[in-house]
Amino acid sequence: MGKSNLIVEEEHKYTPNPNKKPKKSLIRKFKGSQKFQKYLFVYTCLLFPILFYFGFRIIPTLFTFNVGFRDWNLLSSGPQPFVGLENFVTLLKDEVFLKSLFNTLIYIVLGVSGQLLFGIIVALLLHKINRFVGLFRVIYFIPYVTSIVAISWVFRWILMGNGVVNDVLINLGFSAQPFLNSPNQGIYVIIAAMIWQAIGFQMVLFLAGLENIPTMLYEAADIDGATPWQKFWRITVPLLNPTIVFSAVIGTITFIQVSFTQVINMSVDGSGGPLNSTISVVVYIYQLAFRQFDLGLASAATVILFLFILALTLFQIKVLTKKFDY
Amino acid sequence: MEKIAKIWPYLLLIIGAFVMVFPFIWMLSTSFKAPIDIFSLNIIPETPTLANYTQIFEESLFLRWFINSIIIALITTISVLFFDTLVGYIIAKFKFVGRTILFILILSTLMIPTEMLIIPWYMMSSEFGWTDTYFGVLFPGLMTGFGVFLMRQFMEQIPEDLLNAARIDGMNEYSIFFKIAVPQVWPAISALGIFTFLSNWNAFLWPLIVIESSSLRTLPVGLSYFSSGEAESKWHLIMTGATISVIPMILVFILLQRHIIKGITLTGMK
Repeated sequence: MGKSNLIVEEEHKYTPNPNKKPKKSLIRKFKGSQKFQKYLFVYTCLLFPILFYFGFRIIPTLFTFNVGFRDWNLLSSGPQPFVGLENFVTLLKDEVFLKSLFNTLIYIVLGVSGQLLFGIIVALLLHKINRFVGLFRVIYFIPYVTSIVAISWVFRWILMGNGVVNDVLINLGFSAQPFLNSPNQGIYVIIAAMIWQAIGFQMVLFLAGLENIPTMLYEAADIDGATPWQKFWRITVPLLNPTIVFSAVIGTITFIQVSFTQVINMSVDGSGGPLNSTISVVVYIYQLAFRQFDLGLASAATVILFLFILALTLFQIKVLTKKFDY
Repeated sequence: MEKIAKIWPYLLLIIGAFVMVFPFIWMLSTSFKAPIDIFSLNIIPETPTLANYTQIFEESLFLRWFINSIIIALITTISVLFFDTLVGYIIAKFKFVGRTILFILILSTLMIPTEMLIIPWYMMSSEFGWTDTYFGVLFPGLMTGFGVFLMRQFMEQIPEDLLNAARIDGMNEYSIFFKIAVPQVWPAISALGIFTFLSNWNAFLWPLIVIESSSLRTLPVGLSYFSSGEAESKWHLIMTGATISVIPMILVFILLQRHIIKGITLTGMK
């Protein structure tokens, strides 16, 4: 009994020890060095990105807010006094600014809904056919990859008073249109060009969305005797909802940028004319900052633009996601 | 009846396709027309000429602008791909102090429109002497919040075991990133690359502000000045300039079509 106990004890004492001890310390060493290696990797790699995001994104944003509350003009040297909400009050009384804000809303509402609508239509048509799909996809997508500046000037060229579009209109028996020269038509011509350029992008997104809808659902609807219209609203639209929300939000952000390039290059005077009828907020900010050198006013305008985009995006997400929440 | 049902989608698509390509056809056609027939309505020029192409390169800095655009778009794309992929990987696969805060900060930069940063960037550039330099044009785009967000999404799908196996084999962290993580997310990287290149090639607002001398203009900025002032109503030259800035992108698109379309689908569905 004593002997067997001893053996057990001995086994307990000796067998695990020679194996475990060096193993444990090896693992510890290994783990220690690996952890060190990991941290070294993480922090050295993050050094530049952290500096970048702070230096060129976060701090400049805070700086914009700061400048917006100051009387900061590049032409007058000297101190830039804190003036509180003065710049904001000036802007909200400024008719051109209000016009530019209203125009931006028109650009976004008509532009984004137009590109969604045409994107869905083209995607549905492409989904219906089985030949030349690739060719059509290329043709509809090409405007998206081409330079906005170049395309803006091409549109000016074909839409000018004695341009090819008016020639065709006259030959068909219509009267010639002023298009970009008209304070009533200019903004819609620019929006049409924006939509034309974005259709391809939306089409690709919706095509992918359509391919993810199980055909079973449509077959079931056919058995129930659903009309194509019902199938579209009850199956296609709800199932494409995530794509629609994504497109609308992304579209809004890109339209704000595009509304600068396109307006500068398409409007007849190159700065939102005629009679400020096509001016967008970004064009006006550009004029305030780099034509009038009033950085305080321009920064206040960007703060308003920021709040405007934020509100619009939240509104879109709320409305669009709620609508089809079955 | 059934035949008509089959044909009408094609008809609508052909009409739409005509609207999509007509501006390009007219642009190309004008670029080959002599100044006297640019107002003629023929699509095929009566006396086709290459004179506009030689003239635009001789009379303006078009070649220089073209090269500037390539340099700037290429440098920004390489930088965005390198840093965004790396940061996305680190945020997805490592636990370290400040990870969540860093990710939230980078995500929040997505909400900041570029237009909002133009004024501080301009002030910084003039303070540090970056205006009118290549660096001045490209510094704002060296990294993007969107890229980090996108790459993090893809990096998260890489199995942890794969990375740990490499660690046990004694690979160092840098080789694990380049040799194991990067190949796994290659489709996402190429999509990000194509879109970064495209948006920098077409960038207009910031280059317009930061560049003063005409020799440093990028193609869109050069074309914009060229069209509005320097070549008033020289439509044959403006259309030649437009063709030069549009054709390379169309060729690139046709070559990389599959990747681009896959890229949009990938990014759009994330």
